[in-house]
Amino acid sequence: MAQEKLYLYPIWIRLWHFLNAILCLILIITGVSMQFSAPSIALVNFDTSVAIHNIAGIVLTINYLIFFIGNLFTFNGAQYQIVYRGLYKRLITQAMYYTFGIFKGESPPFPISRENKFNPLQRFSYVFVMYLFVPIVFISGWALLYPQTIPTTILGTSGLHLTDLFHIISGFIISFFMIVHIYFCTIGKHPGSNFKSIINGYHEAH
Amino acid sequence: MREIYIRPSWLVIVLILLTIIIFAFDYSAGPLKYEDARQKGQTAPELQTTDLSQFPNSEENDKCFQCHGQSKYTYENTEQGRMVNQRMYNELIVSPNEFYVSNHRSFRCTDCHSEEYQNFPHEGILRMEYKYTCLDCHEGDDTYAHFYFEELDVEFQESVHSEKHSDDFTCWMCHNPHTYKINARTNENIRETIVYDNTICLDCHSDFRRFQLLTDRERPNLIKSHDWLPNQELHLASVRCIECHAEKLSDSALVAHKVLPKSMAVRNCKECHSSNPELLASLYKYEAQAVRSKDGFFRGITTSDSVVIGASRNQTLNIISLLLFAGVIAGIAFHSVLRIIKK
Repeated sequence: MAQEKLYLYPIWIRLWHFLNAILCLILIITGVSMQFSAPSIALVNFDTSVAIHNIAGIVLTINYLIFFIGNLFTFNGAQYQIVYRGLYKRLITQAMYYTFGIFKGESPPFPISRENKFNPLQRFSYVFVMYLFVPIVFISGWALLYPQTIPTTILGTSGLHLTDLFHIISGFIISFFMIVHIYFCTIGKHPGSNFKSIINGYHEAH
Repeated sequence: MREIYIRPSWLVIVLILLTIIIFAFDYSAGPLKYEDARQKGQTAPELQTTDLSQFPNSEENDKCFQCHGQSKYTYENTEQGRMVNQRMYNELIVSPNEFYVSNHRSFRCTDCHSEEYQNFPHEGILRMEYKYTCLDCHEGDDTYAHFYFEELDVEFQESVHSEKHSDDFTCWMCHNPHTYKINARTNENIRETIVYDNTICLDCHSDFRRFQLLTDRERPNLIKSHDWLPNQELHLASVRCIECHAEKLSDSALVAHKVLPKSMAVRNCKECHSSNPELLASLYKYEAQAVRSKDGFFRGITTSDSVVIGASRNQTLNIISLLLFAGVIAGIAFHSVLRIIKK
Protein backbone atom coordinates (compact mmCIF):
# COMPACT_ATOMS: atom_id res chain seq x y z
CA MET A 1 0.00 0.00 0.00
CA ALA A 2 1.26 3.38 -0.97
CA GLN A 3 0.64 5.03 2.41
CA GLU A 4 2.88 2.46 4.13
CA LYS A 5 5.86 3.60 2.11
CA LEU A 6 7.64 6.56 3.62
CA TYR A 7 10.40 8.35 1.76
CA LEU A 8 12.83 8.56 4.71
CA TYR A 9 16.30 8.54 3.24
CA PRO A 10 17.07 11.27 0.69
CA ILE A 11 19.79 10.58 -1.81
CA TRP A 12 22.56 12.46 0.07
CA ILE A 13 21.97 10.39 3.20
CA ARG A 14 21.98 7.17 1.23
CA LEU A 15 25.19 8.07 -0.56
CA TRP A 16 26.79 9.21 2.69
CA HIS A 17 25.63 6.03 4.45
CA PHE A 18 26.87 3.78 1.66
CA LEU A 19 30.30 5.40 1.64
CA ASN A 20 30.43 5.40 5.43
CA ALA A 21 29.60 1.68 5.55
CA ILE A 22 32.23 0.76 2.96
CA LEU A 23 34.89 2.91 4.66
CA CYS A 24 34.10 1.52 8.11
CA LEU A 25 34.42 -2.03 6.77
CA ILE A 26 37.77 -1.23 5.16
CA LEU A 27 38.99 0.52 8.31
CA ILE A 28 37.90 -2.37 10.54
CA ILE A 29 39.56 -5.01 8.35
CA THR A 30 42.83 -3.09 7.97
CA GLY A 31 42.72 -1.92 11.61
CA VAL A 32 42.27 -5.43 12.97
CA SER A 33 44.97 -6.62 10.60
CA MET A 34 47.45 -4.07 11.96
CA GLN A 35 46.51 -4.54 15.60
CA PHE A 36 46.80 -8.32 15.39
CA SER A 37 49.53 -8.52 12.80
CA ALA A 38 51.70 -11.59 13.08
CA PRO A 39 55.07 -12.13 11.47
CA SER A 40 54.01 -15.03 9.28
CA ILE A 41 50.33 -14.55 8.60
CA ALA A 42 48.42 -11.35 8.15
CA LEU A 43 44.87 -10.60 7.11
CA VAL A 44 46.27 -7.79 5.00
CA ASN A 45 50.00 -7.10 4.69
CA PHE A 46 51.07 -4.52 7.30
CA ASP A 47 52.45 -1.93 4.88
CA THR A 48 49.38 -2.22 2.65
CA SER A 49 47.09 -2.01 5.69
CA VAL A 50 48.76 1.20 6.82
CA ALA A 51 48.36 2.82 3.41
CA ILE A 52 44.74 1.74 2.94
CA HIS A 53 43.83 2.59 6.54
CA ASN A 54 45.29 6.10 6.19
CA ILE A 55 43.49 6.86 2.94
CA ALA A 56 40.18 5.39 4.15
CA GLY A 57 40.49 7.39 7.39
CA ILE A 58 41.00 10.65 5.50
CA VAL A 59 38.01 9.96 3.22
CA LEU A 60 35.92 8.98 6.27
CA THR A 61 36.66 12.36 7.87
CA ILE A 62 35.57 14.22 4.73
CA ASN A 63 32.47 12.05 4.58
CA TYR A 64 31.81 12.83 8.25
CA LEU A 65 31.95 16.54 7.46
CA ILE A 66 29.18 15.98 4.89
CA PHE A 67 27.13 14.21 7.56
CA PHE A 68 27.84 16.87 10.18
CA ILE A 69 27.08 19.87 7.94
CA GLY A 70 24.08 18.07 6.40
CA ASN A 71 22.65 17.49 9.84
CA LEU A 72 23.26 21.09 10.86
CA PHE A 73 21.35 22.49 7.91
CA THR A 74 18.68 19.93 7.07
CA PHE A 75 15.72 18.38 8.82
CA ASN A 76 17.77 15.22 9.29
CA GLY A 77 19.67 16.80 12.20
CA ALA A 78 16.54 16.76 14.33
CA GLN A 79 16.69 12.96 14.27
CA TYR A 80 19.88 13.12 16.30
CA GLN A 81 18.57 15.42 19.00
CA ILE A 82 17.69 13.68 22.20
CA VAL A 83 14.78 14.90 24.27
CA TYR A 84 15.96 14.57 27.82
CA ARG A 85 12.52 14.21 29.43
CA GLY A 86 11.40 10.57 29.57
CA LEU A 87 14.56 9.34 27.86
CA TYR A 88 15.16 6.50 30.30
CA LYS A 89 11.56 5.30 30.08
CA ARG A 90 11.63 5.34 26.28
CA LEU A 91 14.91 3.40 26.18
CA ILE A 92 13.53 0.77 28.56
CA THR A 93 10.29 0.46 26.59
CA GLN A 94 12.22 -0.12 23.35
CA ALA A 95 14.61 -2.56 25.04
CA MET A 96 11.66 -4.49 26.51
CA TYR A 97 10.17 -4.70 23.02
CA TYR A 98 13.38 -6.18 21.60
CA THR A 99 13.74 -8.57 24.55
CA PHE A 100 10.16 -9.78 24.94
CA GLY A 101 7.55 -7.94 22.85
CA ILE A 102 9.00 -8.88 19.51
CA PHE A 103 8.58 -12.59 20.29
CA LYS A 104 4.94 -12.10 21.31
CA GLY A 105 4.17 -10.44 17.98
CA GLU A 106 3.60 -7.00 19.56
CA SER A 107 3.88 -3.96 17.32
CA PRO A 108 6.88 -1.71 17.77
CA PRO A 109 6.26 0.81 20.60
CA PHE A 110 7.65 3.70 18.55
CA PRO A 111 6.47 3.31 14.96
CA ILE A 112 8.69 4.89 12.34
CA SER A 113 7.43 8.21 11.03
CA ARG A 114 8.89 11.09 9.04
CA GLU A 115 9.51 12.94 12.34
CA ASN A 116 10.85 9.89 14.13
CA LYS A 117 13.03 7.88 11.79
CA PHE A 118 14.79 6.15 14.66
CA ASN A 119 13.39 4.36 17.65
CA PRO A 120 14.76 5.63 21.03
CA LEU A 121 17.49 2.99 21.25
CA GLN A 122 18.60 3.73 17.70
CA ARG A 123 18.60 7.46 18.31
CA PHE A 124 20.58 7.07 21.51
CA SER A 125 23.18 4.67 20.09
CA TYR A 126 23.50 6.55 16.78
CA VAL A 127 24.21 9.76 18.67
CA PHE A 128 26.90 8.06 20.75
CA VAL A 129 28.53 6.46 17.75
CA MET A 130 28.25 9.35 15.28
CA TYR A 131 28.88 12.23 17.69
CA LEU A 132 31.26 10.68 20.19
CA PHE A 133 33.10 7.58 19.01
CA VAL A 134 33.49 8.41 15.31
CA PRO A 135 34.86 11.89 16.18
CA ILE A 136 37.23 10.33 18.76
CA VAL A 137 38.37 7.84 16.15
CA PHE A 138 39.07 10.41 13.46
CA ILE A 139 40.58 13.01 15.79
CA SER A 140 42.95 10.42 17.29
CA GLY A 141 43.50 8.97 13.82
CA TRP A 142 44.64 12.32 12.43
CA ALA A 143 46.88 12.74 15.46
CA LEU A 144 48.45 9.35 14.77
CA LEU A 145 48.92 10.39 11.15
CA TYR A 146 50.99 13.32 12.42
CA PRO A 147 52.52 11.77 15.56
CA GLN A 148 54.94 14.66 16.07
CA THR A 149 51.94 16.85 17.05
CA ILE A 150 51.11 14.59 20.00
CA PRO A 151 52.51 15.80 23.33
CA THR A 152 55.22 13.47 24.58
CA THR A 153 53.41 12.99 27.87
CA ILE A 154 49.80 13.58 28.81
CA LEU A 155 48.91 13.14 32.49
CA GLY A 156 52.19 11.38 33.10
CA THR A 157 51.59 8.84 30.36
CA SER A 158 53.02 8.62 26.87
CA GLY A 159 50.81 10.86 24.71
CA LEU A 160 51.25 8.54 21.76
CA HIS A 161 50.18 5.52 23.76
CA LEU A 162 47.13 7.31 25.16
CA THR A 163 46.08 8.50 21.69
CA ASP A 164 46.53 4.97 20.40
CA LEU A 165 44.38 3.54 23.22
CA PHE A 166 41.61 6.06 22.47
CA HIS A 167 41.79 5.17 18.78
CA ILE A 168 41.74 1.41 19.30
CA ILE A 169 39.03 1.36 21.98
CA SER A 170 36.74 3.64 19.94
CA GLY A 171 37.48 1.53 16.87
CA PHE A 172 36.39 -1.59 18.73
CA ILE A 173 33.21 0.08 19.96
CA ILE A 174 32.35 1.18 16.41
CA SER A 175 33.02 -2.36 15.16
CA PHE A 176 30.62 -3.78 17.74
CA PHE A 177 28.08 -1.14 16.85
CA MET A 178 28.36 -2.14 13.21
CA ILE A 179 27.65 -5.82 13.94
CA VAL A 180 24.64 -5.00 16.12
CA HIS A 181 23.46 -2.36 13.63
CA ILE A 182 23.48 -4.84 10.75
CA TYR A 183 21.66 -7.45 12.83
CA PHE A 184 18.97 -5.01 13.98
CA CYS A 185 18.42 -4.02 10.36
CA THR A 186 17.05 -7.50 9.78
CA ILE A 187 14.19 -6.58 12.13
CA GLY A 188 11.79 -4.99 9.70
CA LYS A 189 8.74 -5.96 7.74
CA HIS A 190 10.89 -8.67 6.22
CA PRO A 191 14.53 -9.38 7.14
CA GLY A 192 15.60 -7.63 3.93
CA SER A 193 13.21 -4.65 4.09
CA ASN A 194 15.51 -2.23 5.88
CA PHE A 195 18.40 -3.03 3.59
CA LYS A 196 16.13 -2.26 0.64
CA SER A 197 15.10 1.01 2.33
CA ILE A 198 18.61 2.31 2.64
CA ILE A 199 19.11 1.58 -1.06
CA ASN A 200 15.88 2.99 -2.49
CA GLY A 201 15.05 5.49 0.29
CA TYR A 202 11.55 4.18 1.06
CA HIS A 203 10.69 2.69 4.43
CA GLU A 204 8.23 -0.17 4.58
CA ALA A 205 6.18 -0.16 7.79
CA HIS A 206 5.70 -3.35 9.78
CA MET B 1 7.60 23.14 30.44
CA ARG B 2 10.31 23.75 27.86
CA GLU B 3 11.83 20.59 26.43
CA ILE B 4 15.52 20.09 27.07
CA TYR B 5 17.29 18.87 23.95
CA ILE B 6 20.70 17.30 23.98
CA ARG B 7 22.31 18.69 20.84
CA PRO B 8 25.11 16.33 19.88
CA SER B 9 26.86 18.71 17.45
CA TRP B 10 28.26 20.53 20.43
CA LEU B 11 29.88 17.32 21.59
CA VAL B 12 31.99 17.15 18.43
CA ILE B 13 32.98 20.79 18.72
CA VAL B 14 33.91 20.31 22.40
CA LEU B 15 35.95 17.20 21.51
CA ILE B 16 37.89 19.03 18.81
CA LEU B 17 38.52 22.03 21.08
CA LEU B 18 39.62 19.76 23.91
CA THR B 19 42.11 18.01 21.63
CA ILE B 20 43.49 21.33 20.41
CA ILE B 21 43.92 22.52 24.02
CA ILE B 22 45.64 19.27 25.10
CA PHE B 23 47.87 19.23 22.02
CA ALA B 24 48.76 22.91 22.27
CA PHE B 25 50.72 22.37 25.43
CA ASP B 26 53.53 19.93 25.67
CA TYR B 27 53.74 18.99 29.31
CA SER B 28 57.20 17.58 29.08
CA ALA B 29 60.45 19.09 28.04
CA GLY B 30 59.77 17.84 24.53
CA PRO B 31 61.51 15.09 22.65
CA LEU B 32 65.06 14.54 23.74
CA LYS B 33 67.67 15.75 21.32
CA TYR B 34 70.93 13.92 20.97
CA GLU B 35 72.82 16.93 22.30
CA ASP B 36 70.62 16.96 25.43
CA ALA B 37 71.15 13.27 26.02
CA ARG B 38 74.84 13.63 25.62
CA GLN B 39 74.74 16.27 28.30
CA LYS B 40 72.47 14.21 30.49
CA GLY B 41 74.22 10.91 30.08
CA GLN B 42 77.81 11.88 29.78
CA THR B 43 78.28 14.98 31.84
CA ALA B 44 76.96 15.60 35.29
CA PRO B 45 76.01 19.24 35.66
CA GLU B 46 75.13 18.68 39.30
CA LEU B 47 78.76 17.88 39.95
CA GLN B 48 80.14 21.09 38.60
CA THR B 49 79.79 22.86 41.90
CA THR B 50 80.61 19.75 43.91
CA ASP B 51 83.95 19.30 45.59
CA LEU B 52 85.64 16.57 43.59
CA SER B 53 87.93 15.71 46.51
CA GLN B 54 85.17 13.54 47.96
CA PHE B 55 85.91 10.91 45.29
CA PRO B 56 88.44 8.18 45.95
CA ASN B 57 91.86 8.74 44.44
CA SER B 58 90.87 12.24 43.46
CA GLU B 59 94.05 13.72 44.88
CA GLU B 60 96.22 11.47 42.75
CA ASN B 61 93.99 11.68 39.68
CA ASP B 62 93.94 15.45 39.91
CA LYS B 63 97.54 15.53 38.81
CA CYS B 64 96.41 14.01 35.50
CA PHE B 65 93.22 16.08 35.25
CA GLN B 66 95.26 19.25 35.66
CA CYS B 67 96.21 18.86 32.00
CA HIS B 68 93.88 16.16 30.66
CA GLY B 69 90.77 17.56 32.31
CA GLN B 70 90.65 20.68 30.14
CA SER B 71 91.22 21.86 26.62
CA LYS B 72 94.56 23.59 27.32
CA TYR B 73 97.50 22.91 29.56
CA THR B 74 100.50 24.86 30.70
CA TYR B 75 104.03 23.55 31.12
CA GLU B 76 107.46 24.95 31.57
CA ASN B 77 109.73 24.71 28.53
CA THR B 78 113.03 24.18 30.37
CA GLU B 79 115.06 24.57 27.17
CA GLN B 80 113.71 28.05 26.56
CA GLY B 81 113.02 28.86 30.19
CA ARG B 82 109.41 30.03 29.69
CA MET B 83 105.88 28.88 30.39
CA VAL B 84 104.01 27.52 27.36
CA ASN B 85 100.24 27.25 26.86
CA GLN B 86 99.34 24.31 24.69
CA ARG B 87 96.05 23.01 23.35
CA MET B 88 95.05 19.54 24.59
CA TYR B 89 93.88 17.26 21.77
CA ASN B 90 90.21 16.38 22.02
CA GLU B 91 90.94 12.66 22.12
CA LEU B 92 93.11 13.13 25.20
CA ILE B 93 90.66 15.16 27.24
CA VAL B 94 88.81 13.40 30.06
CA SER B 95 86.30 15.51 31.91
CA PRO B 96 86.56 14.88 35.68
CA ASN B 97 82.85 15.62 35.93
CA GLU B 98 82.12 12.77 33.57
CA PHE B 99 84.74 10.47 35.03
CA TYR B 100 83.50 10.77 38.60
CA VAL B 101 79.97 9.66 37.68
CA SER B 102 81.15 6.88 35.39
CA ASN B 103 81.31 3.21 36.33
CA HIS B 104 85.08 3.36 36.73
CA ARG B 105 85.07 6.41 38.99
CA SER B 106 86.82 4.66 41.88
CA PHE B 107 89.90 3.90 39.77
CA ARG B 108 93.22 5.62 39.78
CA CYS B 109 94.34 6.70 36.33
CA THR B 110 97.43 4.57 36.79
CA ASP B 111 95.36 1.46 37.52
CA CYS B 112 94.99 1.14 33.78
CA HIS B 113 97.73 3.43 32.49
CA SER B 114 101.45 3.08 33.10
CA GLU B 115 102.86 4.51 36.31
CA GLU B 116 105.39 6.15 34.01
CA TYR B 117 102.74 8.68 33.07
CA GLN B 118 103.43 10.35 36.38
CA ASN B 119 106.51 11.85 34.76
CA PHE B 120 106.25 14.83 32.43
CA PRO B 121 106.94 15.12 29.57
CA HIS B 122 105.57 11.60 29.00
CA GLU B 123 107.85 9.16 27.25
CA GLY B 124 106.87 8.65 23.59
CA ILE B 125 106.98 4.87 23.98
CA LEU B 126 104.08 5.08 26.44
CA ARG B 127 101.74 5.72 23.52
CA MET B 128 102.29 2.11 22.53
CA GLU B 129 100.94 0.78 25.83
CA TYR B 130 98.31 -1.93 25.70
CA LYS B 131 94.77 -0.71 26.20
CA TYR B 132 92.71 -3.10 28.30
CA THR B 133 89.38 -4.32 26.96
CA CYS B 134 86.35 -5.23 29.06
CA LEU B 135 87.25 -8.91 29.25
CA ASP B 136 90.76 -8.21 30.53
CA CYS B 137 89.23 -7.27 33.85
CA HIS B 138 85.71 -8.65 33.80
CA GLU B 139 86.17 -12.13 32.34
CA GLY B 140 85.22 -14.87 34.77
CA ASP B 141 84.42 -12.35 37.46
CA ASP B 142 81.45 -13.52 39.53
CA THR B 143 80.68 -9.99 40.72
CA TYR B 144 79.85 -9.02 37.17
CA ALA B 145 78.37 -12.35 36.06
CA HIS B 146 74.94 -10.84 35.52
CA PHE B 147 76.33 -8.64 32.76
CA TYR B 148 77.34 -11.74 30.77
CA PHE B 149 80.57 -10.18 29.52
CA GLU B 150 81.66 -13.45 27.91
CA GLU B 151 78.44 -13.71 25.90
CA LEU B 152 78.70 -10.09 24.88
CA ASP B 153 82.20 -10.83 23.63
CA VAL B 154 80.99 -13.79 21.55
CA GLU B 155 78.30 -11.57 20.03
CA PHE B 156 80.81 -8.81 19.40
CA GLN B 157 83.27 -11.21 17.74
CA GLU B 158 80.52 -12.20 15.29
CA SER B 159 79.51 -8.62 14.66
CA VAL B 160 80.29 -6.62 11.56
CA HIS B 161 82.31 -4.28 13.77
CA SER B 162 84.67 -7.08 14.67
CA GLU B 163 84.74 -8.90 11.34
CA LYS B 164 85.11 -5.92 9.03
CA HIS B 165 87.57 -3.90 11.05
CA SER B 166 91.00 -4.55 12.42
CA ASP B 167 91.79 -5.24 16.05
CA ASP B 168 91.65 -1.47 16.51
CA PHE B 169 87.93 -1.86 16.91
CA THR B 170 87.73 -2.65 20.59
CA CYS B 171 85.05 -2.21 23.24
CA TRP B 172 86.26 1.35 23.72
CA MET B 173 85.12 2.40 20.26
CA CYS B 174 81.60 2.53 21.67
CA HIS B 175 82.14 2.49 25.41
CA ASN B 176 84.61 5.11 26.54
CA PRO B 177 86.16 3.66 29.71
CA HIS B 178 86.52 7.13 31.23
CA THR B 179 82.89 8.09 30.86
CA TYR B 180 80.98 4.86 30.39
CA LYS B 181 77.98 4.71 32.63
CA ILE B 182 75.55 1.83 32.81
CA ASN B 183 72.26 3.00 31.41
CA ALA B 184 69.66 0.57 30.06
CA ARG B 185 69.42 -1.30 33.37
CA THR B 186 69.22 1.66 35.67
CA ASN B 187 67.49 4.38 33.69
CA GLU B 188 63.72 4.23 34.04
CA ASN B 189 63.23 6.75 31.27
CA ILE B 190 63.14 4.66 28.13
CA ARG B 191 63.53 7.73 25.91
CA GLU B 192 66.78 8.66 27.59
CA THR B 193 68.03 5.11 27.14
CA ILE B 194 67.14 5.21 23.46
CA VAL B 195 68.94 8.49 22.88
CA TYR B 196 71.91 7.44 25.01
CA ASP B 197 72.32 4.19 23.10
CA ASN B 198 71.85 5.82 19.70
CA THR B 199 74.38 8.49 20.55
CA ILE B 200 76.96 5.71 20.84
CA CYS B 201 76.26 4.69 17.21
CA LEU B 202 75.98 8.24 15.92
CA ASP B 203 79.30 9.22 17.48
CA CYS B 204 80.94 7.45 14.53
CA HIS B 205 78.17 6.99 11.98
CA SER B 206 77.24 10.65 11.88
CA ASP B 207 80.68 12.05 12.67
CA PHE B 208 82.80 11.54 9.59
CA ARG B 209 86.03 12.47 11.39
CA ARG B 210 85.67 9.44 13.61
CA PHE B 211 84.09 7.27 10.92
CA GLN B 212 87.04 7.67 8.53
CA LEU B 213 89.44 6.46 11.21
CA LEU B 214 88.11 2.97 10.64
CA THR B 215 87.06 2.80 7.02
CA ASP B 216 87.70 4.30 3.59
CA ARG B 217 84.01 4.16 2.74
CA GLU B 218 82.33 7.37 1.64
CA ARG B 219 80.51 9.55 4.13
CA PRO B 220 77.29 7.80 5.18
CA ASN B 221 74.00 9.65 4.86
CA LEU B 222 71.80 8.14 7.55
CA ILE B 223 68.74 10.23 6.75
CA LYS B 224 68.84 9.14 3.12
CA SER B 225 69.49 5.47 3.85
CA HIS B 226 66.49 5.49 6.23
CA ASP B 227 64.26 7.25 3.68
CA TRP B 228 62.02 4.22 3.38
CA LEU B 229 60.87 4.51 7.01
CA PRO B 230 57.46 6.15 7.36
CA ASN B 231 57.48 8.85 10.05
CA GLN B 232 61.26 8.73 9.92
CA GLU B 233 61.82 11.33 12.64
CA LEU B 234 59.59 9.46 15.09
CA HIS B 235 61.18 6.12 14.30
CA LEU B 236 64.69 7.46 14.73
CA ALA B 237 63.80 9.11 18.04
CA SER B 238 61.83 6.17 19.44
CA VAL B 239 63.78 3.15 18.29
CA ARG B 240 67.33 2.20 19.13
CA CYS B 241 69.58 1.60 16.12
CA ILE B 242 70.43 -1.86 17.48
CA GLU B 243 66.74 -2.80 17.48
CA CYS B 244 67.02 -3.27 13.70
CA HIS B 245 70.76 -3.52 13.20
CA ALA B 246 71.81 -6.05 15.81
CA GLU B 247 70.93 -9.55 16.77
CA LYS B 248 70.88 -11.11 20.19
CA LEU B 249 72.27 -14.61 20.34
CA SER B 250 70.59 -15.32 23.65
CA ASP B 251 68.19 -13.60 25.98
CA SER B 252 70.58 -13.45 28.94
CA ALA B 253 72.55 -10.36 27.95
CA LEU B 254 70.49 -7.21 27.90
CA VAL B 255 71.98 -5.33 24.99
CA ALA B 256 72.59 -6.94 21.61
CA HIS B 257 76.23 -6.72 20.50
CA LYS B 258 76.10 -8.68 17.27
CA VAL B 259 75.79 -5.74 14.91
CA LEU B 260 74.68 -7.05 11.54
CA PRO B 261 75.77 -6.03 8.05
CA LYS B 262 73.52 -3.44 6.43
CA SER B 263 71.95 -6.05 4.15
CA MET B 264 70.67 -8.00 7.14
CA ALA B 265 69.05 -5.08 8.95
CA VAL B 266 65.32 -5.23 9.62
CA ARG B 267 63.47 -3.60 6.77
CA ASN B 268 60.09 -5.15 7.20
CA CYS B 269 57.40 -3.34 9.18
CA LYS B 270 56.01 -6.65 10.44
CA GLU B 271 59.23 -7.57 12.23
CA CYS B 272 58.42 -4.98 14.87
CA HIS B 273 54.75 -4.20 14.31
CA SER B 274 53.54 -7.64 15.22
CA SER B 275 53.44 -10.11 18.02
CA ASN B 276 56.83 -11.35 16.86
CA PRO B 277 58.62 -12.48 20.02
CA GLU B 278 61.90 -12.39 18.13
CA LEU B 279 61.99 -8.61 17.96
CA LEU B 280 65.71 -8.33 17.72
CA ALA B 281 67.13 -6.41 20.65
CA SER B 282 63.69 -5.90 22.17
CA LEU B 283 64.07 -2.95 24.50
CA TYR B 284 60.27 -2.71 24.39
CA LYS B 285 59.80 -6.24 25.57
CA TYR B 286 62.16 -5.58 28.46
CA GLU B 287 60.58 -2.25 29.28
CA ALA B 288 57.01 -3.60 29.18
CA GLN B 289 57.97 -6.47 31.47
CA ALA B 290 59.79 -4.14 33.85
CA VAL B 291 56.86 -1.73 34.06
CA ARG B 292 54.38 -4.53 34.59
CA SER B 293 56.34 -6.29 37.28
CA LYS B 294 56.95 -3.01 39.08
CA ASP B 295 53.60 -1.26 38.81
CA GLY B 296 51.19 -4.12 38.29
CA PHE B 297 49.68 -5.25 35.06
CA PHE B 298 46.94 -2.68 34.66
CA ARG B 299 49.19 0.29 35.19
CA GLY B 300 51.48 -1.35 32.70
CA ILE B 301 48.82 -0.74 30.04
CA THR B 302 48.91 2.98 30.34
CA THR B 303 52.28 3.85 31.79
CA SER B 304 54.45 2.30 29.16
CA ASP B 305 56.54 4.96 27.46
CA SER B 306 56.34 3.24 24.15
CA VAL B 307 53.68 2.05 21.82
CA VAL B 308 54.39 -0.14 18.85
CA ILE B 309 51.20 -0.67 16.90
CA GLY B 310 50.65 -4.36 16.53
CA ALA B 311 53.31 -5.28 19.06
CA SER B 312 52.12 -3.56 22.19
CA ARG B 313 48.66 -5.01 22.00
CA ASN B 314 47.43 -5.49 25.47
CA GLN B 315 46.38 -8.83 26.88
CA THR B 316 43.70 -7.37 29.19
CA LEU B 317 42.13 -5.34 26.39
CA ASN B 318 42.37 -8.37 24.10
CA ILE B 319 40.43 -10.53 26.55
CA ILE B 320 37.81 -7.83 27.16
CA SER B 321 37.29 -7.29 23.43
CA LEU B 322 37.12 -11.02 22.73
CA LEU B 323 34.55 -11.50 25.52
CA LEU B 324 32.50 -8.58 24.20
CA PHE B 325 32.71 -9.97 20.68
CA ALA B 326 31.66 -13.44 21.81
CA GLY B 327 28.86 -11.91 23.92
CA VAL B 328 27.52 -9.87 20.99
CA ILE B 329 27.62 -12.82 18.60
CA ALA B 330 25.99 -15.14 21.17
CA GLY B 331 23.32 -12.51 21.89
CA ILE B 332 22.54 -12.09 18.20
CA ALA B 333 22.45 -15.84 17.63
CA PHE B 334 20.10 -16.36 20.60
CA HIS B 335 17.84 -13.50 19.51
CA SER B 336 17.60 -14.68 15.92
CA VAL B 337 16.87 -18.27 16.92
CA LEU B 338 14.05 -17.03 19.18
CA ARG B 339 12.73 -14.84 16.35
CA ILE B 340 12.62 -17.80 14.00
CA ILE B 341 10.95 -20.08 16.57
CA LYS B 342 8.37 -17.53 17.64
CA LYS B 343 7.51 -16.42 14.13
